[in-house]
Amino acid sequence: MADLIIRGLHADVLTEEGSKPILKGVDLTAKTGEIHAIMGPNGSGKSTLAYAISGHPKYRITAGSVTLDGVELSTLSVDQRAKAGLFLGMQYPVEVPGVSMANFLRTAKTALDGVAPKVRSWPKEINAALELVGLDATFGARSVNEGFSGGEKKRAEIAQLHILNPMFAILDEIDSGLDIDAVREVAEGINTYAAQGDRGVLLITHYTRILRYTKPDFVHVFVDGKVVQEGGQELADLLEVAGYERFTRGHA
Amino acid sequence: MEIASQQVESHLHPKPSFDVADFPMPTGREEVWRFAPLPRFAELLTEPPTDFADIQMTLQAPVGVTLSTLGVGVGVRGSVLLPVDRVSVLAAKVSQARHIRIADAVRLTEPIVITVTGKGERAAEHIVIESGVASEAIIVVEHRGSAVFCGNIEVVVKDAAKITVVSVQDWAPDALHGGMHAAAVGTDAQYRHVMMTFGGDAVRIQNSVYYTGSGGNAELYGLYFADAGQYQEHRLSVDQNAAHTTSYVDYRGALQGKGAHTVWVGDVFIRRQAVGISSYEANKNLVLTDGCRADSVPNLEIETGNIKGAGHSSTTGRFDDNQLFYLMSRGLSSSEAKRLVIQGFFYDIIRRIGIAELEERLKTHVDAELAKTIDRAETSLCPPPLPEQLRHEAPQPQIEKQE
Repeated sequence: MADLIIRGLHADVLTEEGSKPILKGVDLTAKTGEIHAIMGPNGSGKSTLAYAISGHPKYRITAGSVTLDGVELSTLSVDQRAKAGLFLGMQYPVEVPGVSMANFLRTAKTALDGVAPKVRSWPKEINAALELVGLDATFGARSVNEGFSGGEKKRAEIAQLHILNPMFAILDEIDSGLDIDAVREVAEGINTYAAQGDRGVLLITHYTRILRYTKPDFVHVFVDGKVVQEGGQELADLLEVAGYERFTRGHA
Repeated sequence: MEIASQQVESHLHPKPSFDVADFPMPTGREEVWRFAPLPRFAELLTEPPTDFADIQMTLQAPVGVTLSTLGVGVGVRGSVLLPVDRVSVLAAKVSQARHIRIADAVRLTEPIVITVTGKGERAAEHIVIESGVASEAIIVVEHRGSAVFCGNIEVVVKDAAKITVVSVQDWAPDALHGGMHAAAVGTDAQYRHVMMTFGGDAVRIQNSVYYTGSGGNAELYGLYFADAGQYQEHRLSVDQNAAHTTSYVDYRGALQGKGAHTVWVGDVFIRRQAVGISSYEANKNLVLTDGCRADSVPNLEIETGNIKGAGHSSTTGRFDDNQLFYLMSRGLSSSEAKRLVIQGFFYDIIRRIGIAELEERLKTHVDAELAKTIDRAETSLCPPPLPEQLRHEAPQPQIEKQE
């Protein structure tokens, strides 16, 4: 199975004032075919975990390892990690003016598969993925994320997830800024992807709202740069009622 | 309605003249020549011993368009383009100008394409485009081959006309090109000018616009790509001399390789009588490697505050880390991501033109340039891990009032 295995992961964020340690020994195993949720309060390092695994230049892994399907990711370039099967759905998807979604995704698909997608079926594939997340076909011709509303950006991330269909998806606060209908549609998009059965999902969130629609098999509570407790869906239910306070006491 | 004379009283601009003697050989201390590497322009600046060599020029003109020539001072020639430097005055002296006349109310669906091909000699052209009232046309001038070229394009945009002029500098690597483009925009007319400078050794073009009535609109777009050793200077001048007119200037440049040097100077004058106008000028430069220099000078001179808006912005920087990360996180290699960002940087301008066929034509030029320069120079495209963003933006109008 193509598992994501994180062991003793330490990472720094690089700022103008210097580097600052954020991840302080993360241990986590997420098997494909399962949905994992990482929950934690603001500032606990959840997004840093997503960026560090994906190779964002502003984050540096200082110790530990992260492997996907046995391949060590931390030494790979960002695109090599994507080619190893990793996908990052971002909290703040980036605008790229002048580059159409269709052109961008076609270039990405070609890079990942090693061959260009078929000219005849490609527009249909794009439209189907857009439709699945409630976006109309005009989005294919629009510049990447430019002028999209917050909700449209998140829907477009899930459309990309479907088109690129990676082995493993890390979705960073994919539910933030979404209204209730959008949360449901985005969650359904994730479920459809996960239903393939051999794909992995690591859902990073600090609200339990999306977990009503996308049921996690495992919940990891993340505080101060590491996982402090693990459990099943019941752990999310407990957090819904009690909040993070019992985990953060003594850390803040 | 009061229309000011075309003689712009501005400290930034020399007085126009048709006499070469009024523009002596520049020394580099003149405001308008202070950026240019004068020794490289020397051959362009000397008066030719005889007349210029002929340049090969091909032209396809559809029905409703008359082609002829105009002698110095004949017809509209010299009524709009008033030379402001030594190169433009040399081109203005060409004995016969090409005259392209579009009849009133003619609406052309196909562009008029003029191909200027240099044959390695000193050459000069003065092209006069005279549009009829309410006519519509696209004129594309493509410069190719090798030449030491003085080129002027003079455009009369009659009332309610919609005229688009595209000038593509696709020269061989040793070409020199200087000169001036100038347009007079009539009442409720629309003038669009697209400058695309990719080739040549050194190119320096003055592009000027003024209005002959109220309600006119001018959009001046530019794309340039300076590779190692190339010098490209674009000087924009918009004389907002009539009420309720609008202007929008947007120039984008990419620079790569040792000694690549671009200069953009944007001047907008808002005259006392130009009430209710709006104007914006922007210049963005993408510096791809070390060893390049991008000069960007937006100027705004305002004589009335009774306007809708006036502003400018200038940005010079390296790649945006977040854009590259985002694209690479989807599997694009560093070089593919950079190529896409640069392509988008240029396409972003092209898509504003709104004429599908012309957009495709210009995109083809961009893609050819990127295939030539980016793919070849890929190994040298290595910005530091945390590139420093040099950024100066002034999205709000920066107004200096002159009473």
